[in-house]
Amino acid sequence: MSHFRIAVHITPRRGILDPQGKTVAGALHTLGFASVTDVRVGRYIIVELDATDQSDAERQTREMCEKLLANPVIEDFEIVAHHPDGREAAGGPASLAGRR
Amino acid sequence: MKFGIVVFPGSNSDYDTYHAVVDQLGEEAVYLWHKDHDLQNSDVIVLPGGFSYGDYLRAGAIARFSPIMSDVVAFAKKGGPVIGICNGFQIACEAGLLPGALLRNESLKYICEFVRLRVTSTDTIFSNRYEAGATALMPISHGDGRYTADSETVDRLEGEGRVVFRYLGGPADADEWWSPNGSMRAIAGIVNEQGNVLGMMPHPERAVDPLLGSDDGLAIFESLLSRVGV
Repeated sequence: MSHFRIAVHITPRRGILDPQGKTVAGALHTLGFASVTDVRVGRYIIVELDATDQSDAERQTREMCEKLLANPVIEDFEIVAHHPDGREAAGGPASLAGRR
Repeated sequence: MKFGIVVFPGSNSDYDTYHAVVDQLGEEAVYLWHKDHDLQNSDVIVLPGGFSYGDYLRAGAIARFSPIMSDVVAFAKKGGPVIGICNGFQIACEAGLLPGALLRNESLKYICEFVRLRVTSTDTIFSNRYEAGATALMPISHGDGRYTADSETVDRLEGEGRVVFRYLGGPADADEWWSPNGSMRAIAGIVNEQGNVLGMMPHPERAVDPLLGSDDGLAIFESLLSRVGV
């Protein structure tokens, strides 16, 4: 068993109205960031857990996302695995998109 | 008839529901602690309003895993009547008893005010005491009431007469749909496919006495009496 730190990004699904994101985009435009085309505001969750290896940690986290952390009706999730010491997993973010 | 009112940590409309059922309707009500597995032979289950688990993660997301919810879901699957009001509606959606989800109000503001509703379906066990096309005055009090589902689901809800309440009027009280919270097609309340689970954001239990500003909510509880039988 090793200790893992897994980050989960949860964002409103595309096509779902995100008034918070729209408001932030409007503020960015006001500040002169004319290049901004879209902003969506979501949630960032860090789960620390024990698992046999990284794929086991990710599998468990995916199950957590499907059951509780994200609501598939309105949200997408993305899992980014980290090493026990907190660095991102080798080879860049191991993105396991939960989009459909 | 016995109403079982589920009490979650953070429920705040449980007492209002008790008052509506016992004092105004003259029926029996019991509180059901969320950690129990006992519905106490209730004829109707109410998931009351409030802020169960502080609305952490998403409104209703954690309450749906409370021990009693497995019994409530089993009760509903057997055709038992369930009413989810406000936070109870959010919990019912999270639990899969109703389609869709309730998101942050479009204005991003908490809304607490009386709204006018159109009773768009009087052919349910929850609304048969309303006259066809009736309007009803009830308060809303929520930060996350924007009903959202994919358009296919909403089309189905409308086509099958499962939209029971719609918001009406607006600042100028125009006699047309209007979403105070950005709900798709001004949806305020829906029933499931079998018609035995009602979810609604407005609070009928807070509109049961003219002293409160309206008693238009009482008909929901009365409707149940005439259909379910005591």
